[in-house]
Amino acid sequence: MVEFTLPKNSKVTKGKAWNKPKTKGDWREFRVYRWSPEDEENPRVDSYQVNLDECGPMVLDALIKIKNEIDPTLTFRRSCREGICGSCAMNIDGTNTLACTCGMDEIRGAVKVYPLPHQPVVKDLVPDLTNFYAQHRSVQPYLQTETTEPPKEWKQSREDREKLDGLYECILCACCSTSCPSYWWNSDRYLGPAVLLQAYRWVVDSRDEATGERLDNLEDPFRLYRCHTIMNCSKACPKGLNPAKAIAELKKLMVERRF
Amino acid sequence: MANARPTANRPLSPHLQIYKPMLTMMMSIAHRITGAALYFGSLLLAWWLIAAASSEGYYDFVMGLAGGFFGRLVLFGYTWALIHHMLGGFRHFIWDTGKGFELPTVEAMARTSLMAGFGLTIAVWAVGYIVMGKL
Repeated sequence: MVEFTLPKNSKVTKGKAWNKPKTKGDWREFRVYRWSPEDEENPRVDSYQVNLDECGPMVLDALIKIKNEIDPTLTFRRSCREGICGSCAMNIDGTNTLACTCGMDEIRGAVKVYPLPHQPVVKDLVPDLTNFYAQHRSVQPYLQTETTEPPKEWKQSREDREKLDGLYECILCACCSTSCPSYWWNSDRYLGPAVLLQAYRWVVDSRDEATGERLDNLEDPFRLYRCHTIMNCSKACPKGLNPAKAIAELKKLMVERRF
Repeated sequence: MANARPTANRPLSPHLQIYKPMLTMMMSIAHRITGAALYFGSLLLAWWLIAAASSEGYYDFVMGLAGGFFGRLVLFGYTWALIHHMLGGFRHFIWDTGKGFELPTVEAMARTSLMAGFGLTIAVWAVGYIVMGKL
């Protein structure tokens, strides 16, 4: 449902400034969304000052520095620090991206950091992605076959393998899905760009034999067709993939199979 | 975590409030708003036709409203909404073929249709005024 404003318990208030910049060094302000389940407060935006001369180049480096040196209660997910795990997906400077691959030189002025948009917040920058994962499960993202299993492996021509390029690289960080206004308003029924890209990844896989059932599952006014080509997904994808195009291909297949 | 609040109380993270407004996203919402405005515009068109069919006096009255400053402003807006929405429709038509999804293309298409929308609207009105001999 379309709701432009935040619920009462989600309204963001002004937080506190944790430290002041010193005269020496290249200081940058970080405005970070905070919310803790352990008190009755509304979310707030806290301000931290980081000396970039003593910090790695990425936003994640700064967040880790803040947690280590200023405020150990700051909570966020991170793991690989090189854009392959998708853990540190968050909203930085107004767009969704991975904190570990987002350079601070790409951002002007204060760095604003929020959790992925329109998700329930577990704590600080950690969103609850249960619904996202459940939707991923719903498209059965694994090979389904009927023919007898070959003795070694399911083979595929080079051309058929190439069809998976731009799809298999998805790391399910949820940057795209949570950038989509259509997903914000209808995440209970619309699958969202990441999950639809995964659905398409299995639909075009030459080895998969459940194509018809997969498309049947998407034949629904909400699951697929809430995509209005807003393009936020493709612009947000930190891996440079194009979920909007994958969705367009799905829509095309839906029409083509009727003839 | 002993006194942690139940999960039902989790706040919703900010969305529209914080997301960077981008041209493509704005064009999408403009497409929807102009689409809704066209319903209103169709009503105006129907009103004008009904006026033409009812009586000379009533037709003159409606034409008087439409020809006034406010009337012309509304009609100018209607023309823009119609053309902007039509150009948006072309964009969607191209996307429906699976083409035009590369990010630079998307950006160029958005910019072109926005500019062309304004340009064509002005052109339509200029032609109108020229035909009436007022320009």
